[in-house]
Amino acid sequence: MDAISHYLNLAVETIFIKNILLAYFLGMCSFLAISKKVETSIGLGLAVVFVNGITVPVNWMIKEFLLGKGALVWTGIAGMENVDLSFLTFIVFIATIAAMVQLVEMTLDKVSPTLYQSLGIFLPLIAVNCAILGSSLFMVEREYDLIESAVFGTSAGIGFFLAIVTLATMRYKLKYSNVPKGLRGLGIAMLLTGLISMAYMSFSGINL
Amino acid sequence: MAMKKAFDAFAGPLSRSNPITTQVLGICSALAVTVKMDTAVVMTGALIFVLAGSNIIVSVLRNLIPSRVRIIVMLTIIATLVIVIDQVLKAFLYDISKQLSIFVGLIITNCIVLGRAEAFALKNNVRESAFDGFGNAVGYGFILLLVSAARELFGSGTLLGYRIVPDFLYVENGGWYVNNGLMLLAPGAFIILGLLIWLQRTVNGYTED
Repeated sequence: MDAISHYLNLAVETIFIKNILLAYFLGMCSFLAISKKVETSIGLGLAVVFVNGITVPVNWMIKEFLLGKGALVWTGIAGMENVDLSFLTFIVFIATIAAMVQLVEMTLDKVSPTLYQSLGIFLPLIAVNCAILGSSLFMVEREYDLIESAVFGTSAGIGFFLAIVTLATMRYKLKYSNVPKGLRGLGIAMLLTGLISMAYMSFSGINL
Repeated sequence: MAMKKAFDAFAGPLSRSNPITTQVLGICSALAVTVKMDTAVVMTGALIFVLAGSNIIVSVLRNLIPSRVRIIVMLTIIATLVIVIDQVLKAFLYDISKQLSIFVGLIITNCIVLGRAEAFALKNNVRESAFDGFGNAVGYGFILLLVSAARELFGSGTLLGYRIVPDFLYVENGGWYVNNGLMLLAPGAFIILGLLIWLQRTVNGYTED
């Protein structure tokens, strides 16, 4: 029971309180560019949930068995306990993410062409989305274990999904309002994000 | 003539085509590292190095990179530069590199770097690309400094760690002034940047439809 509530807590915390977008500003570029339309936002949000849920645990395994200090001990070669490859983290993670995105794309194309069609161009774009790389780097910094990183990856994606769909629906309403000239587009989107972020802060302190 | 183009490549991004307020690139890190000015300064330095470096390298190799695999080649170049700057920061500015936490690593996916490599360095010669990279990084740093100055001044009453709002004004010391804690939190960053964009676009007369 304890274990379940621990993971549930982590999920709630990641989705609402430490929302990857509204509290850590990750994935802002695509967030602002895509949120002009509700349908595309849903597509991108789903793609992020999907890819993040896969890449964070995969990167955990890479960190644990290849890159960390003494991670290569399992090879049985003498002297491996002193090898520390963690300076390669960035380049290996970004390569893993690009490869996983490609893999997910090919699998989806085979297994579920309809889902593949609806995600469309968003899958390849995700490789350079800071939310994905950011989640993997947070996983390293906060020292999660395998299950925790799976929970963290998925819920970070869900948090991104919620935030982008919220902003997209608000921008849809905005079409009928008279926004001052210089504020149109990016400016008002920024202010709205600030307000959403303030609303999400009211979740802080929740503990299950 | 050639000099003028290089100068334009440098001066344009400072205001008219500023990477953050006009091109909408690199917003993530612009918001995250601006709680205090010193992190913003270090981040700007790191970005100048990475952006100018990647623009120069990509521009040198522009006729050798096959266009099908260009994204992964550019990512590798950028990631290598970021690893270098990350190790340098860890060695010489350990405290600040701890505060910047993952955001140095996230320069890799900072859209400015990949965006400028793709849009400019792949098509232009080395000198112009160098100026373009440098100009965009400085334009980015300019906004970063403005946002961080506003947040640090209103949020903690200091600038670069030096006290600006005098101590005796504070409520604890019998005064009337209280810091605006919201500035230190995420919403403050969004709102300050939103207002800054509004100001900059009104001055430049730029409207998005």
